[in-house]
Amino acid sequence: MGNDVLVVAEHLKGEFTDVTFELLGKGRELADATGGSLTAAVLGSSVDASALGAADKVVGVDHASLAEFNPETHLAALVEVVGHVDPRVTLVANTSMGMDLAAGLSVRRNAPLVAYALDVKVEDGSVVATSQLYGGKIYAESVLDGDSGIVSVLAGSFPADAGRKDGAPAVENVPAPASLDGARVKFTGLVEPEGGDVDITQHDVLVCAGRGIQSDENLPVIEELAGALGGAVCASRPIVDNKWLPKTRQVGKSGLTVKPKVYVALGVSGAPEHLEGMKDAELIIAVNTDETAPIFEVAHYGTTEDLFDLVPALTAKLK
Amino acid sequence: MNIVVPIKLVPDLVEELEINDEETDLDRDFLSFRINEFCDHALEEALSLKEAHGGTVAVIAIEREETDKVLYTALAKGADRAVKVTGVDEAASSHEAAKAMCQVIGGMEYDLVLTGVQAADDRDGQMGVLIASYLDLPHVSVVSDVEVKGDLIAVHKEYAGGVMAAFEVAPKAVLGIQAARQTPRYAPVSRVRQIMKEAELEEVEAEDGGVTSGSTVRRMYTPEKGEGAEMLDGSAEEVAEKIAAILNERKG
Repeated sequence: MGNDVLVVAEHLKGEFTDVTFELLGKGRELADATGGSLTAAVLGSSVDASALGAADKVVGVDHASLAEFNPETHLAALVEVVGHVDPRVTLVANTSMGMDLAAGLSVRRNAPLVAYALDVKVEDGSVVATSQLYGGKIYAESVLDGDSGIVSVLAGSFPADAGRKDGAPAVENVPAPASLDGARVKFTGLVEPEGGDVDITQHDVLVCAGRGIQSDENLPVIEELAGALGGAVCASRPIVDNKWLPKTRQVGKSGLTVKPKVYVALGVSGAPEHLEGMKDAELIIAVNTDETAPIFEVAHYGTTEDLFDLVPALTAKLK
Repeated sequence: MNIVVPIKLVPDLVEELEINDEETDLDRDFLSFRINEFCDHALEEALSLKEAHGGTVAVIAIEREETDKVLYTALAKGADRAVKVTGVDEAASSHEAAKAMCQVIGGMEYDLVLTGVQAADDRDGQMGVLIASYLDLPHVSVVSDVEVKGDLIAVHKEYAGGVMAAFEVAPKAVLGIQAARQTPRYAPVSRVRQIMKEAELEEVEAEDGGVTSGSTVRRMYTPEKGEGAEMLDGSAEEVAEKIAAILNERKG
């Protein structure tokens, strides 16, 4: 009740996802600013919540059907937790998992939902969320009605560090709803991407090799940087035309459109056909010795440093 | 396998979007709408399931300027029924649109509802999950692979980094489609014209669904445009240091 904030903790393969910590950091800030407490909702089976120290407490449902994310069981369990905590605002990640929860929670709880949020704050007792709409062309500030709302937040909106704090908060489990035993949706397994067939549209970090890499012999240097960033290597058209990388890696008009959180363009001039495929990346860093290269028009940061000097130095710093 | 595809029309993002004088919504006077790209994928997946397993595909769309064209195009591609929902406000929220769709879906015989996973304007959540919730159906969103396995539907749900989760779900169910297995098919204009002469769209007037988004837009605006890259100078070592700091801050 009152000004309590609930963050839905998302976990995959036994670890809380980065966005969980982003939400916890923001949730902590909102709770502290309004005199409320911060609760993390943990839906799982014997989940270790000791990484959730940013929260004052954990309210969870512990049940075998929650071990892996399941849109049906996790929603049913979340509805119970929200009913128990009765928070002022529930923060859900606008991720693949969160999209299966937020709208359903809105209907079950008859509570407002604002999605695609980049920011959320409490002003004079009202929850206000800023959404990124229309492909990022438009922002909308929404005021949520009533005294209990849901905001689904785009991953990467807040620093995760603010929410990383060890120290096991007290865990209270609420009873699992009966429906968990008869779920209509069954999880049957995780499918890992096949090696050699990278889906660059699914990566948060992309390092793009352009004509400026000069030779396929230089690809390992680029791959090392991508590895240090936890990302994948993509390419502009000349690289693919030269058969240095497969077509599945091509970004641009005749390749794929990508919107990663981070896009590092190495030796990419930035032809319109290329820009079309990547200009909506959240953070673009361009390296090109030609200071008039059009890539610098869309990049947030740029440098004319020689990529063969810069990339190894950068990789070393990131490791 | 009978499949319903509720289609959302969204403003064409290629054109410039203007904001109204009150700064609370788009200026809807000159908007041109087109099929939401994810709904096009949902339709494609529905049509390929029909081709493989038989059954029917019904499409539903809320009335806008371009709805007839979108629905006739769906018929030209192979859909069996097309329903236009009238009486829904131009600026209807996802909650309202979903409720209106449910009024039509509720009267249909179906096994699956395939929606686009998201749309550019769903400020108050994704329509597919809302439809599932109103109809009390199981749902899986961000789906890229739908397969019929006996009485069950096997799907892949995409996570970050190329990892996918596999689920099986018993119909009836709602799936939010991220991508069809093949590129959405194209209907030649001549075929669409022919369908317009031969086929008729069904029309259903929506009743007030009694729901709202539960929030009010107090300000809509265009984000500031960048003025080109901020150039980082120094030695390779110094520039690397600066970039590493930017990346670390971003990654959190």
